[in-house]
Amino acid sequence: MSLEKAISVEINGIDRELTAPANETLLDCLRRHGHFEVKSGCEKGDCGACAVQIDGEPVDSCLTLAWTVEGRSVTTLEGLNDAENPHPLIAAFLEHGSVQCGYCTPGIMIAAEAMLREKPDPTNEDIAIALSGNLCRCTGYTKIFTAVKQAAGVLRQGGGDD
Amino acid sequence: MLREFELDLPGDLQETLTRLPGGTPLAGGTNLLVDLRARREEAKRLVWLGNIEAFRDIKIDKAHVAIGGGTTVGDILRNSAMIDAAPSLVGAARVFGGQMVRNQATVAGNVCSGSPAADTVPPLLSLDAEICLASSTGVRSVPIDSFYSGFKKNQRKQDELITGLSWSVPGPSTANLFYKLARRKGDAITVVGVAVTVTRDGDRCSDARIALGAVAPTVFRAKDAEAMLTDQPLTEELIDEAARAAMAQSNPIDDIRASADYRRHTVHMLTRRLIGQAWRSLAGKEADK
Ligand SMILES: Cc1cc2nc3c(=O)[nH]c(=O)nc-3n(C[C@H](O)[C@H](O)[C@H](O)COP(=O)(O)OP(=O)(O)OC[C@H]3O[C@@H](n4cnc5c(N)ncnc54)[C@H](O)[C@@H]3O)c2cc1C
Ligand code: FES
Ligand code: FES
Repeated sequence: MSLEKAISVEINGIDRELTAPANETLLDCLRRHGHFEVKSGCEKGDCGACAVQIDGEPVDSCLTLAWTVEGRSVTTLEGLNDAENPHPLIAAFLEHGSVQCGYCTPGIMIAAEAMLREKPDPTNEDIAIALSGNLCRCTGYTKIFTAVKQAAGVLRQGGGDD
Repeated sequence: MLREFELDLPGDLQETLTRLPGGTPLAGGTNLLVDLRARREEAKRLVWLGNIEAFRDIKIDKAHVAIGGGTTVGDILRNSAMIDAAPSLVGAARVFGGQMVRNQATVAGNVCSGSPAADTVPPLLSLDAEICLASSTGVRSVPIDSFYSGFKKNQRKQDELITGLSWSVPGPSTANLFYKLARRKGDAITVVGVAVTVTRDGDRCSDARIALGAVAPTVFRAKDAEAMLTDQPLTEELIDEAARAAMAQSNPIDDIRASADYRRHTVHMLTRRLIGQAWRSLAGKEADK
């Protein structure tokens, strides 16, 4: 077993110290430290269930080594689910039944949230491009698109932003 | 769990170069980590490139584009000047993987992956890009057209790092296009990729480049076809003849994604379509002059 090392990283706005060996992925490391909102699916970049944001950019945590996030900030679904001020995506997904088994949901929200920062009024094409790395086996995607558009509308009106 | 390996995290370029002998560069990891997990890759020591300062920077001026060794496919998409500086590369970036892979995958890593289906390579060949290589003993630059020597073989020495890629901005009388044929738009491996560059001078084509992906052991330029178009007015017949020559130069395989015959056929069709499209778009501009 290779040696573990402590790495400082900000997770959902809080400074944390994680321990990991050199060959551990960020996915395995986060789950070992209790972040079960980060899901493990294919472990090879195909499904997007493991998506997290590093310095605001969505990446697949199964293709990221834990040591490489030293000094950076990581956002998981829990970072969008502030009890006082949940992200409008969360309400929209609940309202439209965009969550069935829910396995893909954390990754989809992480990917959608980043897109909404770049494209406040996304077209279907924008959403398709942004979510093409997230597989959902339940919903058929239609309800996800509807919810993302509704959340975009709420954000444009300044909702969920104070 | 991944196989065990050492992981170096050098803080700058100089340190990276001294760590490279015997080590394997790790950029986005979208090839390397997948291969390590599948036990196709045996690297003992990885050298992480993510701490090199300004390694993702893109510089675009009127005539010239330079991207860094760490520029990602997502960076290409987000740079608004890129659509004029490298239309075909933006086309490839749009249909590359999914959002997370695009944010991780670097252009240099794609070039090094050596896959004949690597999507940024036909565009880079059609733009006649130069690859900048550095080691602790010096730097050199290699035209991408002479970089590949065979399936997954290239001119990069073990201790060399790609520090950037550069090319000239296509002028107003040049069109540059890419088309990826795959089962769906995003996150699918390319069946056939075609990139073309056409420069128009009055009623003639003064220069043409045609780069084909996934139809030979490496991405390559169909130079027979290019030569047929150079210094000619591009009629429908000539374009079709050149597209057939491109097809004749390709040497595809049968695999689960498509048969060799289908790939050859689509090289003919896509080359014809893209050259025609490029030529007609320039006709419009000529008329405006
Ligand atoms: C789900 C998924 C979808 C994908 N979709 C596509 C697609 O649509 N089109 C496509 O073309 N590819 C696709 N790929 C493949 C992959 O994303 C690309 O080849 C990517 O560009 C590789 O870049 P990287 O930065 O991740 O490289 P890494 O995996 O980090 O490295 C790849 C190789 O390049 C070497 N290397 C990396 N950077 C340098 C450098 N600066 N100098 C020298 N050597 C270097 C590494 O040592 C390694 O050998 C996909 C992969 C996944 C997992
Ligand atoms: S688990 Fe990471 S992309 Fe599927
Ligand atoms: S809700 Fe089940 S995979 Fe998407």
